[in-house]
Amino acid sequence: MTTPRKPYVRRRYWNEPTMGWWERFYLFEVVRGLAVTGGVFLRNMGKWITGRKGALTAYYPEETRADYAAGNRGKHILTQRPDGRPQCVACNMCATVCPAQVIEIDAAFDPDDPAHPKYPSRFEIDYSRCVFCGFCVEACPEDAIRMVKETPDLPGFDRDRMWLGREELLNWQPRADVAKPYPVRPPHEPGRSADA
Amino acid sequence: MNAPDLAISLVYIAYALAVLLTFGAILTWVERKQAAIMSDRIGANRAYVRIPFTQVKLIWLGLFHGMADGLKLLLKEDFKPLAYDKLAYALGPWLAIVPVLLVFAVVPFGGTLDPGRLFPSLAGWFGGRTYPMQIAPIDAGILIVFAFSGISIIGAMLAGWSSANKFSLLGALRAGSQLISYELVMGLTVLGLVLIFGTVNLASIVERQSGTVLGFLPAWGIVYQPFAAILFLIAGIAENKRTPFDLPEAESELISGYFTEYSAMKQGIFMLSEFIEIAIIGALFVTLFLGGYNLPWMNDSGFVFPGGHAVPLSHGWVVLLQLLTFLGKIFLLCSFQILVRWTLPRFRWDQLLRFAWKFLLPLAIANLVVTAFALWAQPA
Repeated sequence: MTTPRKPYVRRRYWNEPTMGWWERFYLFEVVRGLAVTGGVFLRNMGKWITGRKGALTAYYPEETRADYAAGNRGKHILTQRPDGRPQCVACNMCATVCPAQVIEIDAAFDPDDPAHPKYPSRFEIDYSRCVFCGFCVEACPEDAIRMVKETPDLPGFDRDRMWLGREELLNWQPRADVAKPYPVRPPHEPGRSADA
Repeated sequence: MNAPDLAISLVYIAYALAVLLTFGAILTWVERKQAAIMSDRIGANRAYVRIPFTQVKLIWLGLFHGMADGLKLLLKEDFKPLAYDKLAYALGPWLAIVPVLLVFAVVPFGGTLDPGRLFPSLAGWFGGRTYPMQIAPIDAGILIVFAFSGISIIGAMLAGWSSANKFSLLGALRAGSQLISYELVMGLTVLGLVLIFGTVNLASIVERQSGTVLGFLPAWGIVYQPFAAILFLIAGIAENKRTPFDLPEAESELISGYFTEYSAMKQGIFMLSEFIEIAIIGALFVTLFLGGYNLPWMNDSGFVFPGGHAVPLSHGWVVLLQLLTFLGKIFLLCSFQILVRWTLPRFRWDQLLRFAWKFLLPLAIANLVVTAFALWAQPA
């Protein structure tokens, strides 16, 4: 016993495109499409020929985009104390939380600063593996690591050269930042000024 | 055939091969760059040639990417499928590219060459003979063109069949039915032109296009048969199996279609034949509809403008101008085909065949009937 087949009913969708005879004829709409792309080609070609840039692409790495969003997690910076030493106390929390395990810190002892006796003698980030998640910034108890919108700009053929060290990362100058004035604290030790 | 004829023929053949292979190589670059510029991008521009012992790197807008690609294809492993028909598999690429190259033999790429006037020191050797700038000046021009493009269908089908791969087989079936359908349309559109010019000899067709109509319009085929020109261009792009007619090699459905199982330079030959065919379609369109090597108001001795103003030119300049005109027109046509390829999305398979049989074919037949009727009604 066979069940009778249901007649085929074509499904109609709410967003089904409706084409008039003009679109159905195809050729004229094709010509319109060619006019659009050809117009873009002529406009861009005119720009290139007259020495301007006819593309939206940034010519990385010779040229970097100027319009990164303000909150873009581009690369890391280490913040500094007023005297220029890193705010980092080498607690290794960022290295622990890092999902890509790209942060390497060597801690050292600083007898000159009893309030912060531990500091990083080496602080390196491997940008060939960094996933730019920003967890290190969240984990830092000292506000020692932040992320800025600029990219590290380390293109190359050798992954060993995609590391940034302490000196490259230590570039946020608190004195130069007018938006976030650094709280000036009294010198903690006689004979050493905070402005040194 | 005596020595001067042989020498001229060899020069023509060398010229044709050089032009076609250069077009094949340059068009890969043109396609990349034009597509990039059309879509607000920069395009391939990193490959460079370093002058030895210096740090001078020649980039030249990425022209060397084509060279890098060719080198890569030559050096890659020639991977073969496990089970395949050896003879047909080896023949496939050659049957795809050789007919394409041979079509150029009957295409006139310049007017009449008088080597004695070009090189007065050799005038005695040539004995005042003149040569039409065409490798094979035969009467059956258009028929030869269609015969050879028929052979290239066999190339695609052999390649797909012999690969022992279902994707290749599907691609081959699609190639066969598509090419045969559009071949028909192409033939019918050209018939109207044959009726008007009364010959299938391509050289005579081009010579008939060198005058003017109505006093000022160049007597090009597109003026007599604008409709056929559009249909011919559509059918030509379809013959070349390029987007929007690239069903035989639709990547999203068939990987690479009939040449899925080809690798290294064998695959490169398929690509090269596609790019050369762009130039061939351009050359045929220029020959049939755009006056071939003729510039408007130009003849074998110089320009004669509509106002009666004449600019005489020496034979050498005329030959050079005709060669350059032909190449320039082909290049514009190639650029147009690339524009089409990067604008229109691919057809569905049923749409493709319906477009050929229910749209283009009736239009082509109507064009032919109207042309025949107009010729019959026109007072002789």
